[in-house]
Amino acid sequence: MSKPIVATTSLCGCFGCHMSLLDIDERILELVELVEFNKSPIDDIKEFTKQCDIGLIEGGCCNSENVHVLKDFRKNCKILISFGECALMGGLPAYRNGIPIKECLDEAYLNGPTVINSNPDKILPNDDEIPMMLDKVYPCHEVVKIDYFLPGCPPRADLIWDALVALLTGNELKLPYEVVKFD
Amino acid sequence: MSEKIKFTIDGKECFAERGQNILDAATDNGIFIPALCHIRDVKPAGACRLCNVKIAGRLMTACTTPVESGMEIENDIPEIQDLRLAIIEMLFVEGNHFCPACEKSGNCELQALAYRYQMMIPRFPYEFPVKEIDASSPKLIIDHNRCILCKRCIRAFKDENGKNIFAFKKRGHKLQINIDEKLSANLSDEMAQKAMDICPVGAIIRKEKGFNEPIGTRKYDKMPIGSNIERVI
Ligand code: SF4
Ligand code: SF4
Ligand code: FES
Repeated sequence: MSKPIVATTSLCGCFGCHMSLLDIDERILELVELVEFNKSPIDDIKEFTKQCDIGLIEGGCCNSENVHVLKDFRKNCKILISFGECALMGGLPAYRNGIPIKECLDEAYLNGPTVINSNPDKILPNDDEIPMMLDKVYPCHEVVKIDYFLPGCPPRADLIWDALVALLTGNELKLPYEVVKFD
Repeated sequence: MSEKIKFTIDGKECFAERGQNILDAATDNGIFIPALCHIRDVKPAGACRLCNVKIAGRLMTACTTPVESGMEIENDIPEIQDLRLAIIEMLFVEGNHFCPACEKSGNCELQALAYRYQMMIPRFPYEFPVKEIDASSPKLIIDHNRCILCKRCIRAFKDENGKNIFAFKKRGHKLQINIDEKLSANLSDEMAQKAMDICPVGAIIRKEKGFNEPIGTRKYDKMPIGSNIERVI
Protein backbone atom coordinates (compact mmCIF):
# COMPACT_ATOMS: atom_id res chain seq x y z
CA MET A 1 0.00 0.00 0.00
CA SER A 2 1.33 3.44 -0.84
CA LYS A 3 1.87 5.93 1.94
CA PRO A 4 -0.76 8.54 2.81
CA ILE A 5 0.09 11.91 1.28
CA VAL A 6 0.23 15.11 3.32
CA ALA A 7 0.21 18.71 2.08
CA THR A 8 0.67 21.82 4.22
CA THR A 9 0.38 25.55 3.74
CA SER A 10 0.71 28.80 5.64
CA LEU A 11 -1.97 31.34 4.72
CA CYS A 12 -2.23 34.45 6.90
CA GLY A 13 0.00 32.99 9.61
CA CYS A 14 3.53 33.52 10.89
CA PHE A 15 4.90 30.04 10.16
CA GLY A 16 4.89 29.37 13.88
CA CYS A 17 2.53 26.42 13.41
CA HIS A 18 4.92 24.92 10.86
CA MET A 19 7.77 25.46 13.31
CA SER A 20 5.73 23.60 15.89
CA LEU A 21 5.23 20.77 13.41
CA LEU A 22 9.02 20.56 13.17
CA ASP A 23 9.12 20.62 16.96
CA ILE A 24 8.10 16.97 17.01
CA ASP A 25 11.89 16.54 17.03
CA GLU A 26 13.21 13.09 16.13
CA ARG A 27 9.67 11.87 15.50
CA ILE A 28 10.04 13.66 12.16
CA LEU A 29 11.96 10.55 11.03
CA GLU A 30 8.97 8.42 11.94
CA LEU A 31 6.68 10.86 10.13
CA VAL A 32 8.73 10.58 6.95
CA GLU A 33 8.33 6.80 7.23
CA LEU A 34 4.58 7.15 7.73
CA VAL A 35 3.71 9.68 5.04
CA GLU A 36 4.78 11.25 1.81
CA PHE A 37 4.75 15.05 1.54
CA ASN A 38 3.30 16.86 -1.46
CA LYS A 39 2.67 20.63 -1.77
CA SER A 40 4.26 22.17 1.31
CA PRO A 41 6.79 24.81 2.30
CA ILE A 42 8.68 21.99 4.02
CA ASP A 43 9.72 20.34 0.74
CA ASP A 44 9.11 23.43 -1.40
CA ILE A 45 6.70 21.67 -3.76
CA LYS A 46 4.72 24.65 -5.06
CA GLU A 47 1.78 23.01 -6.82
CA PHE A 48 -0.19 19.83 -6.13
CA THR A 49 1.16 16.97 -8.22
CA LYS A 50 -1.35 14.43 -6.95
CA GLN A 51 -4.42 13.97 -4.80
CA CYS A 52 -3.54 14.16 -1.09
CA ASP A 53 -5.04 12.52 1.97
CA ILE A 54 -4.43 15.20 4.57
CA GLY A 55 -4.03 18.96 4.20
CA LEU A 56 -2.75 20.99 7.15
CA ILE A 57 -3.77 24.64 7.04
CA GLU A 58 -1.96 27.30 9.05
CA GLY A 59 -3.30 30.88 9.08
CA GLY A 60 -6.64 32.43 8.27
CA CYS A 61 -7.76 34.15 5.06
CA CYS A 62 -6.82 37.82 4.81
CA ASN A 63 -6.53 38.17 1.02
CA SER A 64 -7.71 36.70 -2.29
CA GLU A 65 -4.58 34.54 -2.61
CA ASN A 66 -5.31 32.86 0.76
CA VAL A 67 -8.84 32.03 -0.41
CA HIS A 68 -7.52 30.65 -3.69
CA VAL A 69 -4.95 28.42 -1.98
CA LEU A 70 -7.46 27.24 0.61
CA LYS A 71 -9.97 26.24 -2.07
CA ASP A 72 -7.18 24.48 -3.95
CA PHE A 73 -6.42 22.52 -0.78
CA ARG A 74 -10.07 21.61 -0.35
CA LYS A 75 -10.12 20.30 -3.90
CA ASN A 76 -6.92 18.31 -3.58
CA CYS A 77 -7.11 16.91 -0.04
CA LYS A 78 -9.52 14.37 1.39
CA ILE A 79 -9.19 15.69 4.92
CA LEU A 80 -8.46 19.29 5.86
CA ILE A 81 -7.15 20.24 9.29
CA SER A 82 -7.05 23.83 10.52
CA PHE A 83 -4.13 24.14 12.89
CA GLY A 84 -3.35 27.14 15.06
CA GLU A 85 -5.40 30.08 16.31
CA CYS A 86 -5.08 32.07 13.06
CA ALA A 87 -6.61 29.27 10.98
CA LEU A 88 -9.24 28.63 13.65
CA MET A 89 -10.37 32.17 14.42
CA GLY A 90 -8.24 34.64 12.46
CA GLY A 91 -5.69 35.08 15.24
CA LEU A 92 -3.69 38.25 15.65
CA PRO A 93 -4.22 39.39 12.03
CA ALA A 94 -7.94 39.51 12.87
CA TYR A 95 -7.24 42.38 15.25
CA ARG A 96 -7.94 44.51 12.19
CA ASN A 97 -11.46 43.14 11.85
CA GLY A 98 -12.98 46.04 13.75
CA ILE A 99 -11.19 48.61 11.59
CA PRO A 100 -12.47 49.57 8.11
CA ILE A 101 -10.10 48.31 5.39
CA LYS A 102 -9.52 51.84 4.06
CA GLU A 103 -8.26 52.97 7.44
CA CYS A 104 -5.90 49.99 7.63
CA LEU A 105 -4.43 50.70 4.19
CA ASP A 106 -4.14 54.43 4.85
CA GLU A 107 -2.32 53.78 8.09
CA ALA A 108 0.00 51.21 6.50
CA TYR A 109 0.87 53.13 3.34
CA LEU A 110 0.06 56.80 3.84
CA ASN A 111 -0.17 57.97 7.42
CA GLY A 112 1.81 55.58 9.59
CA PRO A 113 4.87 57.14 11.26
CA THR A 114 7.27 55.00 9.24
CA VAL A 115 5.71 55.76 5.84
CA ILE A 116 4.45 59.30 6.14
CA ASN A 117 7.39 60.85 4.29
CA SER A 118 8.25 57.98 1.98
CA ASN A 119 5.14 57.78 -0.19
CA PRO A 120 4.84 61.31 -1.67
CA ASP A 121 2.50 60.19 -4.48
CA LYS A 122 0.21 58.63 -1.92
CA ILE A 123 -0.05 55.33 -3.76
CA LEU A 124 -1.82 52.32 -2.29
CA PRO A 125 -0.48 49.06 -3.76
CA ASN A 126 -2.70 48.30 -6.74
CA ASP A 127 -0.72 46.04 -9.07
CA ASP A 128 -2.75 43.16 -10.52
CA GLU A 129 -0.08 40.76 -9.25
CA ILE A 130 -0.72 41.74 -5.66
CA PRO A 131 -3.56 39.82 -3.98
CA MET A 132 -6.54 41.90 -2.89
CA MET A 133 -7.01 42.33 0.84
CA LEU A 134 -10.35 41.03 2.11
CA ASP A 135 -12.67 43.25 4.13
CA LYS A 136 -11.66 41.28 7.20
CA VAL A 137 -9.69 38.20 8.18
CA TYR A 138 -11.78 35.00 8.00
CA PRO A 139 -11.34 31.76 9.90
CA CYS A 140 -10.72 28.96 7.37
CA HIS A 141 -13.90 27.05 8.22
CA GLU A 142 -15.95 30.09 7.24
CA VAL A 143 -14.49 29.81 3.71
CA VAL A 144 -14.38 26.03 3.05
CA LYS A 145 -15.39 22.95 5.00
CA ILE A 146 -12.72 22.01 7.53
CA ASP A 147 -12.74 18.51 9.03
CA TYR A 148 -10.62 18.88 12.17
CA PHE A 149 -9.33 21.66 14.37
CA LEU A 150 -6.13 21.85 16.40
CA PRO A 151 -6.02 24.94 18.61
CA GLY A 152 -2.94 26.63 20.02
CA CYS A 153 -0.58 29.50 19.29
CA PRO A 154 1.18 27.50 18.13
CA PRO A 155 -0.54 24.13 18.64
CA ARG A 156 1.71 22.00 20.84
CA ALA A 157 3.95 19.66 18.83
CA ASP A 158 2.48 16.75 20.81
CA LEU A 159 -1.03 17.75 19.77
CA ILE A 160 -0.07 17.84 16.08
CA TRP A 161 1.75 14.53 16.40
CA ASP A 162 -1.01 12.76 18.30
CA ALA A 163 -3.66 13.99 15.89
CA LEU A 164 -1.67 12.99 12.80
CA VAL A 165 -0.86 9.55 14.17
CA ALA A 166 -4.48 8.96 15.19
CA LEU A 167 -5.65 9.92 11.70
CA LEU A 168 -3.01 7.85 9.95
CA THR A 169 -3.49 4.75 12.05
CA GLY A 170 -7.24 5.06 12.51
CA ASN A 171 -6.83 4.87 16.27
CA GLU A 172 -8.95 6.89 18.62
CA LEU A 173 -7.51 10.31 19.48
CA LYS A 174 -7.05 10.75 23.22
CA LEU A 175 -5.92 14.22 24.15
CA PRO A 176 -4.17 14.80 27.47
CA TYR A 177 -5.32 17.98 29.23
CA GLU A 178 -1.99 19.77 28.76
CA VAL A 179 -1.94 19.65 24.97
CA VAL A 180 -5.12 21.53 24.12
CA LYS A 181 -4.29 25.18 24.78
CA PHE A 182 -5.22 28.42 23.05
CA ASP A 183 -1.90 30.20 23.58
CA MET B 1 -25.59 20.59 65.47
CA SER B 2 -27.50 22.09 62.60
CA GLU B 3 -29.66 19.65 60.77
CA LYS B 4 -28.43 18.63 57.32
CA ILE B 5 -30.75 17.89 54.46
CA LYS B 6 -30.24 15.03 52.04
CA PHE B 7 -30.41 15.24 48.26
CA THR B 8 -28.76 13.59 45.25
CA ILE B 9 -26.70 14.76 42.29
CA ASP B 10 -26.59 12.24 39.45
CA GLY B 11 -27.65 9.63 41.96
CA LYS B 12 -24.87 10.39 44.43
CA GLU B 13 -26.11 11.04 47.95
CA CYS B 14 -25.21 14.55 49.15
CA PHE B 15 -25.78 16.65 52.26
CA ALA B 16 -26.32 20.38 52.62
CA GLU B 17 -27.22 23.08 55.08
CA ARG B 18 -30.82 24.17 54.83
CA GLY B 19 -31.10 27.19 52.52
CA GLN B 20 -27.78 26.60 50.79
CA ASN B 21 -27.81 27.06 47.03
CA ILE B 22 -27.23 23.98 44.88
CA LEU B 23 -23.93 25.26 43.51
CA ASP B 24 -22.28 25.75 46.90
CA ALA B 25 -23.80 22.52 48.19
CA ALA B 26 -22.40 20.61 45.21
CA THR B 27 -18.97 22.11 45.83
CA ASP B 28 -19.10 21.03 49.48
CA ASN B 29 -19.91 17.51 48.31
CA GLY B 30 -16.97 17.41 45.91
CA ILE B 31 -19.03 17.85 42.76
CA PHE B 32 -18.07 20.43 40.20
CA ILE B 33 -20.76 22.47 38.50
CA PRO B 34 -19.26 25.00 36.07
CA ALA B 35 -19.97 28.63 36.92
CA LEU B 36 -18.71 31.96 35.67
CA CYS B 37 -20.71 34.56 37.55
CA HIS B 38 -21.03 32.98 40.98
CA ILE B 39 -18.84 33.94 43.91
CA ARG B 40 -19.38 32.22 47.20
CA ASP B 41 -21.00 34.37 49.89
CA VAL B 42 -22.02 37.02 47.37
CA LYS B 43 -25.69 37.23 46.41
CA PRO B 44 -26.10 35.09 43.26
CA ALA B 45 -26.93 36.87 40.03
CA GLY B 46 -27.82 34.01 37.69
CA ALA B 47 -26.11 35.93 34.92
CA CYS B 48 -24.06 33.37 33.00
CA ARG B 49 -26.43 30.34 33.00
CA LEU B 50 -23.47 28.00 32.97
CA CYS B 51 -24.50 26.31 36.20
CA ASN B 52 -27.72 24.97 34.68
CA VAL B 53 -28.80 21.67 36.18
CA LYS B 54 -31.96 19.65 35.68
CA ILE B 55 -34.47 19.18 38.45
CA ALA B 56 -37.67 17.25 37.79
CA GLY B 57 -37.09 17.70 34.08
CA ARG B 58 -36.62 21.46 34.29
CA LEU B 59 -33.47 23.48 33.79
CA MET B 60 -32.59 25.61 36.82
CA THR B 61 -29.51 27.67 37.62
CA ALA B 62 -27.75 25.98 40.52
CA CYS B 63 -26.43 29.24 41.98
CA THR B 64 -29.89 30.78 42.45
CA THR B 65 -31.82 27.68 43.49
CA PRO B 66 -31.84 26.62 47.15
CA VAL B 67 -31.36 22.94 47.67
CA GLU B 68 -34.34 21.08 49.10
CA SER B 69 -34.62 17.85 50.96
CA GLY B 70 -34.98 14.88 48.63
CA MET B 71 -34.12 16.87 45.50
CA GLU B 72 -32.85 14.75 42.61
CA ILE B 73 -30.47 16.85 40.56
CA GLU B 74 -29.05 15.95 37.16
CA ASN B 75 -25.69 17.55 36.46
CA ASP B 76 -23.27 15.47 34.42
CA ILE B 77 -25.57 14.37 31.62
CA PRO B 78 -24.85 14.85 27.88
CA GLU B 79 -27.77 17.22 27.32
CA ILE B 80 -26.63 19.65 30.03
CA GLN B 81 -22.94 19.34 29.27
CA ASP B 82 -23.61 20.20 25.63
CA LEU B 83 -25.75 23.15 26.65
CA ARG B 84 -22.90 24.44 28.81
CA LEU B 85 -20.41 23.97 25.99
CA ALA B 86 -22.75 25.90 23.70
CA ILE B 87 -22.82 28.78 26.19
CA ILE B 88 -19.01 28.76 26.39
CA GLU B 89 -18.81 28.78 22.60
CA MET B 90 -21.28 31.64 22.40
CA LEU B 91 -19.19 33.68 24.80
CA PHE B 92 -16.15 33.13 22.59
CA VAL B 93 -17.84 34.25 19.36
CA GLU B 94 -19.77 37.20 20.74
CA GLY B 95 -16.66 38.88 22.12
CA ASN B 96 -13.16 39.18 20.74
CA HIS B 97 -11.06 36.61 22.55
CA PHE B 98 -7.51 36.63 21.26
CA CYS B 99 -6.12 34.30 23.90
CA PRO B 100 -2.53 34.26 22.61
CA ALA B 101 -2.28 37.99 23.35
CA CYS B 102 -4.36 38.10 26.53
CA GLU B 103 -2.82 38.92 29.90
CA LYS B 104 -5.28 36.58 31.61
CA SER B 105 -4.51 33.57 29.44
CA GLY B 106 -3.75 30.56 31.61
CA ASN B 107 -5.61 32.09 34.54
CA CYS B 108 -8.89 32.79 32.75
CA GLU B 109 -11.97 30.87 33.87
CA LEU B 110 -13.72 31.06 30.50
CA GLN B 111 -10.67 29.70 28.72
CA ALA B 112 -10.23 27.05 31.43
CA LEU B 113 -13.80 25.88 30.93
CA ALA B 114 -13.19 25.67 27.18
CA TYR B 115 -10.16 23.49 27.98
CA ARG B 116 -12.12 21.32 30.35
CA TYR B 117 -14.79 20.77 27.72
CA GLN B 118 -12.09 20.41 25.02
CA MET B 119 -13.63 23.06 22.84
CA MET B 120 -11.80 22.85 19.53
CA ILE B 121 -13.89 25.40 17.65
CA PRO B 122 -17.15 27.16 18.47
CA ARG B 123 -20.12 25.84 16.51
CA PHE B 124 -21.26 29.44 15.87
CA PRO B 125 -19.71 31.92 13.43
CA TYR B 126 -17.37 34.55 14.88
CA GLU B 127 -19.07 37.87 15.25
CA PHE B 128 -16.00 40.12 15.57
CA PRO B 129 -18.01 42.87 17.25
CA VAL B 130 -16.47 46.34 17.43
CA LYS B 131 -15.71 47.00 21.09
CA GLU B 132 -13.52 49.47 22.92
CA ILE B 133 -10.71 49.29 25.38
CA ASP B 134 -11.09 51.81 28.19
CA ALA B 135 -7.67 52.81 29.48
CA SER B 136 -8.77 56.03 31.16
CA SER B 137 -8.14 54.78 34.68
CA PRO B 138 -4.49 55.06 35.71
CA LYS B 139 -4.55 51.68 37.46
CA LEU B 140 -6.82 49.42 35.43
CA ILE B 141 -7.68 48.70 31.82
CA ILE B 142 -11.23 47.65 30.98
CA ASP B 143 -11.23 45.57 27.82
CA HIS B 144 -14.82 45.34 26.63
CA ASN B 145 -13.76 42.83 23.98
CA ARG B 146 -13.37 40.23 26.72
CA CYS B 147 -16.11 41.19 29.19
CA ILE B 148 -18.80 38.55 29.59
CA LEU B 149 -21.08 40.83 31.64
CA CYS B 150 -21.10 38.49 34.61
CA LYS B 151 -21.42 41.43 37.07
CA ARG B 152 -18.87 39.97 39.44
CA CYS B 153 -16.99 43.27 39.56
CA ILE B 154 -20.17 45.20 40.37
CA ARG B 155 -21.36 42.72 42.96
CA ALA B 156 -18.15 41.85 44.71
CA PHE B 157 -15.67 44.69 44.45
CA LYS B 158 -15.51 47.76 46.66
CA ASP B 159 -12.60 50.15 47.13
CA GLU B 160 -10.82 50.85 50.45
CA ASN B 161 -13.68 53.13 51.50
CA GLY B 162 -16.36 50.60 50.67
CA LYS B 163 -17.41 52.34 47.49
CA ASN B 164 -18.41 50.61 44.26
CA ILE B 165 -16.15 51.59 41.41
CA PHE B 166 -17.80 49.42 38.76
CA ALA B 167 -21.32 49.89 37.36
CA PHE B 168 -23.30 49.06 34.26
CA LYS B 169 -23.92 51.68 31.62
CA LYS B 170 -26.12 51.64 28.50
CA ARG B 171 -28.68 48.93 27.85
CA GLY B 172 -29.52 45.86 25.80
CA HIS B 173 -26.75 44.69 23.51
CA LYS B 174 -24.85 47.92 24.18
CA LEU B 175 -24.66 47.18 27.89
CA GLN B 176 -21.16 47.58 29.26
CA ILE B 177 -19.14 47.88 32.42
CA ASN B 178 -18.15 51.36 33.48
CA ILE B 179 -15.28 52.15 35.79
CA ASP B 180 -15.30 55.23 38.02
CA GLU B 181 -12.19 57.01 36.82
CA LYS B 182 -11.65 59.11 39.94
CA LEU B 183 -12.25 56.40 42.52
CA SER B 184 -10.19 53.88 40.59
CA ALA B 185 -7.25 56.29 40.48
CA ASN B 186 -6.87 55.96 44.25
CA LEU B 187 -6.71 52.18 44.30
CA SER B 188 -3.63 50.64 45.86
CA ASP B 189 -1.75 48.11 43.76
CA GLU B 190 -3.10 45.41 46.00
CA MET B 191 -6.70 46.49 45.46
CA ALA B 192 -6.14 46.82 41.72
CA GLN B 193 -4.93 43.23 41.73
CA LYS B 194 -8.00 42.21 43.67
CA ALA B 195 -10.24 43.80 41.04
CA MET B 196 -8.38 41.93 38.32
CA ASP B 197 -8.73 38.66 40.23
CA ILE B 198 -12.48 39.06 40.73
CA CYS B 199 -13.02 39.20 36.97
CA PRO B 200 -13.25 35.63 35.64
CA VAL B 201 -11.84 36.73 32.28
CA GLY B 202 -9.31 39.29 31.09
CA ALA B 203 -11.68 42.26 31.02
CA ILE B 204 -10.12 43.94 34.08
CA ILE B 205 -6.37 44.15 33.68
CA ARG B 206 -3.79 45.93 35.80
CA LYS B 207 -1.79 48.54 33.97
CA GLU B 208 1.94 47.98 33.54
CA LYS B 209 1.62 44.39 34.69
CA GLY B 210 1.05 41.27 32.72
CA PHE B 211 2.56 38.12 31.33
CA ASN B 212 4.64 37.76 34.49
CA GLU B 213 3.88 34.08 35.00
CA PRO B 214 5.66 31.75 32.58
CA ILE B 215 3.55 29.34 30.54
CA GLY B 216 3.38 26.06 32.43
CA THR B 217 3.08 27.69 35.86
CA ARG B 218 -0.30 29.40 35.50
CA LYS B 219 -3.43 28.30 37.27
CA TYR B 220 -5.00 26.18 34.55
CA ASP B 221 -1.92 25.08 32.59
CA LYS B 222 -1.76 21.64 34.16
CA MET B 223 -4.94 21.13 36.18
CA PRO B 224 -8.45 21.48 34.76
CA ILE B 225 -10.75 24.00 36.38
CA GLY B 226 -12.83 22.29 39.06
CA SER B 227 -10.31 19.56 39.76
CA ASN B 228 -9.58 21.09 43.17
CA ILE B 229 -13.26 20.70 44.06
CA GLU B 230 -13.44 17.15 42.79
CA ARG B 231 -10.37 16.10 44.72
CA VAL B 232 -11.65 17.32 48.12
CA ILE B 233 -13.72 14.23 48.72
S1 SF4 C 1 -10.37 36.67 28.52
FE1 SF4 C 1 -9.90 34.46 28.59
S2 SF4 C 1 -10.93 33.62 26.81
FE2 SF4 C 1 -10.81 35.82 26.52
S3 SF4 C 1 -8.91 36.20 25.39
FE3 SF4 C 1 -8.38 36.33 27.55
S4 SF4 C 1 -7.72 34.28 28.09
FE4 SF4 C 1 -8.83 34.09 26.18
S1 SF4 D 1 -15.49 43.23 33.78
FE1 SF4 D 1 -15.10 41.08 34.34
S2 SF4 D 1 -16.14 40.87 36.31
FE2 SF4 D 1 -16.97 42.69 35.38
S3 SF4 D 1 -18.79 42.02 34.27
FE3 SF4 D 1 -17.09 41.99 32.81
S4 SF4 D 1 -16.34 39.91 32.88
FE4 SF4 D 1 -17.58 40.18 34.71
S1 FES E 1 -23.00 30.66 38.06
FE1 FES E 1 -25.12 30.34 38.05
S2 FES E 1 -25.78 31.58 36.45
FE2 FES E 1 -23.64 32.02 36.53
